[in-house]
Amino acid sequence: MAAFDMRLQDLHNQLHSKEITVTDLVDASYRRIAETEPAVKAFITLDEENARAAAAQLDKVLHEGGERGLLFGLPAGIKDNIVTDKLTTTCASQFLSNYDPIYDATVMKKLKAAQSVTIGKLNMDEFAMGGSTENSSYAVTTNPWNKERVPGGSSGGSAAAVAAGQVYFSLGSDTGGSIRQPAAYCGVVGLKPTYGLVSRFGLVAFASSLDQIGPVTKNVEDSVYVLQAIAGHDPQDSTSANVAIPDYTAALTGDVKGLRIGVPKEYLGEGIDPKVKEAVMDALRVYESMGAVWEEVSMPHTEYAVACYYLLASSEASSNLARFDGVRYGIRAENPDNLIDMYRKSRSEGFGPEVKRRIMLGTYALSSGYYDAYYLKAQKVRTLIKQDFDQVFEKFDVIIGPTAPTTAFKLGTQVEDPLTMYLNDICTIPVNLAGVPAISVPCGLADGLPVGLQIIGKAFDETTVLRAAYAYEQQTEHHKLRPQL
Amino acid sequence: MTEATKYETVIGLEVHVELHTNSKIFCGCSTAFGAPPNTHTCPVCLGHPGVLPVLNRQAVDYAMKAAMALNCEIATESKFDRKNYFYPDSPKAYQISQYDKPIGEKGWIDIEVNGETKRIGITRLHLEEDAGKLTHVDGGYASLVDLNRVGTPLVEIVSEPDIRTPEEAKAYLEKLKAIMQYCEVSDVKMEEGSLRCDANISLRPYGQEKFGTRTELKNMNSFRGVQRGLEYEQWRQADVLDSGGTVVQETLRWDDAKGVTISMRGKEEAHDYRYFPDPDLVKVFIDDEWKSRVRATIPELPDARKARYTSELGLPSYDAGVITSSKKLADFFEESLNYTKDAKAVSNWIMGDLLGYLNANNLEIEDVKITGQGLGEMIGLLEKGTISSKIAKTVFKAMLESGKLPQQIVEEQGLVQISDEGAIKAVVDQIVTNNPQSVEDYKAGKEKAIGFLVGQVMKETKGKANPALVNKLLVERLNQ
Repeated sequence: MAAFDMRLQDLHNQLHSKEITVTDLVDASYRRIAETEPAVKAFITLDEENARAAAAQLDKVLHEGGERGLLFGLPAGIKDNIVTDKLTTTCASQFLSNYDPIYDATVMKKLKAAQSVTIGKLNMDEFAMGGSTENSSYAVTTNPWNKERVPGGSSGGSAAAVAAGQVYFSLGSDTGGSIRQPAAYCGVVGLKPTYGLVSRFGLVAFASSLDQIGPVTKNVEDSVYVLQAIAGHDPQDSTSANVAIPDYTAALTGDVKGLRIGVPKEYLGEGIDPKVKEAVMDALRVYESMGAVWEEVSMPHTEYAVACYYLLASSEASSNLARFDGVRYGIRAENPDNLIDMYRKSRSEGFGPEVKRRIMLGTYALSSGYYDAYYLKAQKVRTLIKQDFDQVFEKFDVIIGPTAPTTAFKLGTQVEDPLTMYLNDICTIPVNLAGVPAISVPCGLADGLPVGLQIIGKAFDETTVLRAAYAYEQQTEHHKLRPQL
Repeated sequence: MTEATKYETVIGLEVHVELHTNSKIFCGCSTAFGAPPNTHTCPVCLGHPGVLPVLNRQAVDYAMKAAMALNCEIATESKFDRKNYFYPDSPKAYQISQYDKPIGEKGWIDIEVNGETKRIGITRLHLEEDAGKLTHVDGGYASLVDLNRVGTPLVEIVSEPDIRTPEEAKAYLEKLKAIMQYCEVSDVKMEEGSLRCDANISLRPYGQEKFGTRTELKNMNSFRGVQRGLEYEQWRQADVLDSGGTVVQETLRWDDAKGVTISMRGKEEAHDYRYFPDPDLVKVFIDDEWKSRVRATIPELPDARKARYTSELGLPSYDAGVITSSKKLADFFEESLNYTKDAKAVSNWIMGDLLGYLNANNLEIEDVKITGQGLGEMIGLLEKGTISSKIAKTVFKAMLESGKLPQQIVEEQGLVQISDEGAIKAVVDQIVTNNPQSVEDYKAGKEKAIGFLVGQVMKETKGKANPALVNKLLVERLNQ
């Protein structure tokens, strides 16, 4: 996919000089989807007719020399838990198989303003619950690097579509690693911004205090542009931060001289694949060579993060998903005996097993008599985990480690073993609990599968995270590797 | 053996008051009452996937104002929690409410029953969103959902179990309603549902400290209904206890038409609402500046006004209490005093003719056209003798209906009192000449004959002659 491998600036120059048109880009996107989708299955819904109409409209702007947005003409895939006006939004759940939204998420309004073109809606784990996209009730997305392997999740479609060159960029959502882990598994760049930087209005809530929308791209530079387009205060989201948005292109210096890097020993301990560890160590040597310094640090509460996360996220989810009751939208079971039966049948039919598992876990954790022992205790642990980060950030600019302990695992191997699946998130979950930003960038292959390097920064210091990621990328060729499809 | 002497009744009330903010508490939809179903809705109040609530600050202002008027301590840090339950009137399947950090706590109000003042504690006042309305059709086979009301801001006001009689409960509600009305935070109309009341009631033998088992009463749609429902339930529980039974803790529905309470068991399973802090909303920090800004908007409240009317204006306590029970009535009273100094006269007209008319026709002061200026000026005309008290009744009635000022009514209808001695004398002469028999009767000592002659003069002048003057001139003429 030559066009999608181009730097954004070069692509815009070609559009400007009329060497290519937006319609060409959209054509290329759908052509590539036609070629690769039978194997990859990244999309739930394609929106070809509207995408072509939008492309024609943008070509008109191009022709008339009108103002061009930051993401002008770029074909984009949208994770299917981001609400798109009139375009079916399923969250990969049968419950919402017939749900055509009546409004646009704030990020969709921002993308429209930036003039990207929405190609379709991407596969995911149902309601973003999972780490392999196998919990989708529509299709099993495969890893473009190896179709026996998972693409990761929950934003598996978002990562696979970018890795397969189906779209120029995509949006995912990250509650416990759902952007970064699939980005790592698929060899692309995934950014989870600081909690509150990107509006959650129109992101179908999984765990409201952890969810965050972010870009999946082929390189750090593109991540900068997409973030620039979607970040910013939203009066419709009370948890959206009212902070000035910096010019993130300032991060594109390539300079990390004097950067102080903390490397938590807990992220490289038990359970980590030695080849993943080696790739991370190689990356640290690259940083050293560029004049950065690194030191091992301890984040002692890491071992409680997964338990803490599954209590809090499931508690919030049990309440967030209660609105799927079959009364106003989504599916409604036929011929219920009474109201309670209507709820029970509709929800039993509409939700998959992982969603039910988490609703039950969360309902239990919030129940009278258990609230203090589970929900409240988990909130306290969350505070301790946050403090771990605060302490490290007193001395260090960024924290670096692996994004996931292993490379992409085989399809079907962990679905029946949720606890092992949950432990894949050990390096990513603490970041959501602390609310800080982190990026996953490709740092090589292990047995032919991509490894992700995670760079974590201070709250609202995306610039440093992106600077560190960009500098590394400039020194390496990992991000240029492409899967053979 | 009667329950009234054997058991002490303990009542606590939970009152929901709708705040009349312009828009809903968590979205921009209108809160207007009576719109076609589901027209005041948006993705947020419909609970669509992905939407988020944004707190309406005016709702917090109003809740603070109400809490301050109820003498509550105002929280410096307040927060919202989710109350989880499934019901079609609740689109998110949780209600955003306040669990452990309400806007106000530890307040009180004073009520007066049988001339005695009693203080009733307010446990807490918290802010929450209202639910929608269900209409059951096809004999219960289907239900229609109207979500216009979803998200209307409510305050729930919980009293301490300080109320001892159904009459006190009614007095408490009346006082609460008056205070909300004075604060102008709500329409407080029970028939439109902008004020709703649930009651907890239990009985215990006098002298026992431990509360008896309580029942919860719902569906009382008027203050009178609250009193009647509690009277019935008080009697029913006493009956159960007297016959050696135990009161079952349950929720009961008051059937106003049948005058009985009916168990709602079965519908009311033991609920675990799984309250937890709403992660979509941030904490509300209330600083001193915010508090004083709201406090400055609280007007003079009913108790203060009543005290002023009795001490400064010399009104009887009862009259002052009645007039201040409604802000609009009290405002009317004060408006009148801009046009006359005779507060007692204004009070008498309000207590007598005005309230008599309103009560007979089931109206409120805002439903009639009479103005305070009108009443004040009319009393002025009476003082000056321009109109007689008889004519005043006619003028008052006309003011109720037309809202015109008394001077205009008097002129239009030619109601000015004749106080011209010459004019009256002429009529007196005429009447005396035409009624020799009555004159003879009078002179023969039949004093009451003069009444007939006065009546004839009044009739001849169409009631406009100054009666005192007529009397004086007649006596003079007859004694000549």
